[in-house]
Amino acid sequence: MFEGVPLSWFLILSTVMFFVGVYGFLVRKNLITMLMSIELILNSVCINFVAFNKILFPEHMEGMFFTIFIIAVAAAEASVAIAIIINIYRRIVNIDVEKMDEMKY
Amino acid sequence: MFDFSYTIWIVLIPFFLFILIGFLGNKFKPAVSGIVGSAGLFISWILSIYTAYKYFFVVGRVDDVYQQIIGYNTLWLRFTDTLHIDMGVFIDPISVMMLIVVTTVSLMAHIYSTGYLKGEKGFERYYAFLSLFTFAMLGLVVATNIFQMYIFWELVGVSSYLLIGFYYTRDTAVAASKKAFIVTRFADLGFLIGILLLSYYCGTFDFLTLTSPTGPAIGTPPAATFIGMSVLTWAMILIFMGGAGKSAMFPLHIWLPDAMEGPTPVSALIHAATMVVAGVYLVARLFPIYITVPIALQLVAWVGAFSSLFAAIIACTQYDIKRVLAYSTMSQIGYMMCALGVSGMGGHEGLGYMASMFHLFTHAFFKALLFLCAGAIIHAVHSNYLHEMGGLRKYLPITHITFLIACLAIAGIPPFSGFFSKDEILVAAYHHDTALFLIEYVVAGLTAFYMFRLYFGIFWGKKQDYHHAPHEAPKSMTIPLIFLAFGAMFAGFIPFSHLVTSDRHIFELHTEWIIAIPSIVIALVGIGVAWVMYLKPTGIPGKIAHALHGFYRAAYHKFYVDELYLFITQKIIFDHISKPIAWFDRHIVDGSMNGISYVTNQASDRIKGFQSGQLQQYALVFVSGAVILALVFIYLWT
Amino acid sequence: MTSNQFMFLLFSAVIVIFSILTVTSRRILRAATFLLFVLVSTAGLYFLLKYNFLAAIQLTLYAGGIVVLIIFSILLTSHIAEKLPTASLMKKWPAAMVALVGAALCIVVILQYNFPGSVGSTELVNVTDIGENLISYGRHGYALPFEVISVLLLAAMIGAIVLAKKRKD
Repeated sequence: MFEGVPLSWFLILSTVMFFVGVYGFLVRKNLITMLMSIELILNSVCINFVAFNKILFPEHMEGMFFTIFIIAVAAAEASVAIAIIINIYRRIVNIDVEKMDEMKY
Repeated sequence: MFDFSYTIWIVLIPFFLFILIGFLGNKFKPAVSGIVGSAGLFISWILSIYTAYKYFFVVGRVDDVYQQIIGYNTLWLRFTDTLHIDMGVFIDPISVMMLIVVTTVSLMAHIYSTGYLKGEKGFERYYAFLSLFTFAMLGLVVATNIFQMYIFWELVGVSSYLLIGFYYTRDTAVAASKKAFIVTRFADLGFLIGILLLSYYCGTFDFLTLTSPTGPAIGTPPAATFIGMSVLTWAMILIFMGGAGKSAMFPLHIWLPDAMEGPTPVSALIHAATMVVAGVYLVARLFPIYITVPIALQLVAWVGAFSSLFAAIIACTQYDIKRVLAYSTMSQIGYMMCALGVSGMGGHEGLGYMASMFHLFTHAFFKALLFLCAGAIIHAVHSNYLHEMGGLRKYLPITHITFLIACLAIAGIPPFSGFFSKDEILVAAYHHDTALFLIEYVVAGLTAFYMFRLYFGIFWGKKQDYHHAPHEAPKSMTIPLIFLAFGAMFAGFIPFSHLVTSDRHIFELHTEWIIAIPSIVIALVGIGVAWVMYLKPTGIPGKIAHALHGFYRAAYHKFYVDELYLFITQKIIFDHISKPIAWFDRHIVDGSMNGISYVTNQASDRIKGFQSGQLQQYALVFVSGAVILALVFIYLWT
Repeated sequence: MTSNQFMFLLFSAVIVIFSILTVTSRRILRAATFLLFVLVSTAGLYFLLKYNFLAAIQLTLYAGGIVVLIIFSILLTSHIAEKLPTASLMKKWPAAMVALVGAALCIVVILQYNFPGSVGSTELVNVTDIGENLISYGRHGYALPFEVISVLLLAAMIGAIVLAKKRKD
């Protein structure tokens, strides 16, 4: 117990957030909104790490470090993804994911 | 000892001519090819004459026995220490005689063709093939071993194929060349199996070893047997099958008449004088072995005799003059085969062998002459058919005289060459088997008849209306005719019993007038009948044909042998063997392969839909898969 | 209800509501703004858990960096007034089903599992410790991941530049 807040609350919160992100990823057509959904998913994972760390192993810091690295990776991923999106936009003046099926051939 | 190694050049010169004309011929005027080819062959001819002189009169004979000399030898393929294939030049009486025959006739054909084929398309191609043929034929006759012979044997087959199909724009020529090639190939299959049997049991390909009296074939014959006959007998019969195919013996003769589709000089060279006697030469070459297997030798005799009679009857009914000559060739080769079959070994016993070689020699001259004359006639009237000719003696005087000489020679009228050789064959047959003698005797009469039927039909008979007056052939064609006519006249005086004999010992020959006189008589009877029937147009031939209705029809259609072959190959082999196999191949073998590819194709067509390129679809499938797996592992897989 | 519980529930509500709005809003710039709210609330959660340093990173990097980047790219590629087309039902329903089933499954599993209760320490994490751990290579040291992540960031930076650069042709 973290002063009245059980671990499962955190987990349920992150679960809800994760699947909202999944839903967004599966439904949104715009590439940038899909990217935002991915950010949601990453964020929910971060919450998990932090909550486990704080409530179960308060004397360690692994969860926190993982979160730091996840944030760094997310930043890198977002920058590359946005570069790709801009590139695609230049080519086909559209960032609709459903139009991007040329590579299947 | 005299060095015969230069003889390799007799063989190699035509080969280099082939390379030269074949690859460079189209760079120059066509006439250059003809002149170069003829000149090169002239050198070969001179060398052959020189070799013959040296061999027969200077160094070859030691104590009245002709030596067997390996003029040149080189190891070509080595299997084991004893079994290897060599290439070389084998000098003995028959090979030297064949050198003379081949180079002479080939030279004549070369010279003749410069006139005959003047202006034809593919002139230099023709000369290239002619040189190739000459090379192959010379390589065949000088073979030191049976495998070298086989190689060149196939090579003459190829060049024969190429030359028959020279006018490749004509369907009949193409069909004829294919027929010749396939039929002889079929026979050569037997030859090859025979060679393999012989070499397997004797351990050598070498003629010298094979035919030596103490060699592995004769001294210590293999003891193995197969269906009641010794392996050696089988081998020799199979080898004879190859010879029969090449020499157009019944029933493998069907290609020869069709081969007349080739240019006439080719018929003269290949299908009259040289290649078709290769079978006779082969049997003669292996004669010391044949003499030890009487069954095979008996077969040779009867096949030869039957073929000669069979062909002679057909020849009487044909109207295409080249076909008559083709059947006549077959008939004469049958004579030679028969003579070999009735021969014994050594001295006067070996009369048949000597007579066969003698006849081969004289036949080469008069038959080549006949063909070249036929070429001159066709050249003049532009037709092959007897009933479109007649009364040509005034227009073609030289051809007329030379053709007459050739006819007299083949009919066996003394003192022309054919008389001597044919007489010896009849004597040999008489001493061996009366039935064979009678057949040959009848054939002699038929020969005289059908040759003079041609002669009277062409040069006498009713005068035809020609589009333009027929004219005598140019000098390049008449000179070979005259040369060969001299050969046909005087070749009979060559004392063959002093030159070419079965055991290479010389013996004295006496003319047996008791045989000779009846043979002259029957020849004269044949000529007389032809005279009566064909000198002036009469109704007699038609009446006889009518009287012999069925028989005449059968002979006119060549006794339906072609139809029989067609029936066997098409109706039986194609329809009942090949077609089911083809069906199996097409439907079962191909079908299963096609089925596999069809299934793959269909499956991939279906699966292709999954790969839509829609990223979110993939993600949905992935996530639902993950969820389902999680459900399964948590609740079902406990 | 303790103050912690209250704060947690408050942040959770903000997170859940704005998450859903982020993925359903038809105006893309609003969606980005809602995302910003979500991220800020997450930072609030971190504060609640006494991870002040982490919360600061969350605010500066996520909220300050990534969201700004996303907004820039939105401005580059879309019209602000434009409303995004709604997805077809054929697409929504399966996705919603999958998400709901997955969420339900996870929540059920979480509730069934009895987590050992442990009173987490309330003390702040020392920034000095974080720094030392990041560059130490012993036990609990993160020197290697730290270096790897630096290289990754460098590579991402260069890659982003190369990708987004205008072609010469």
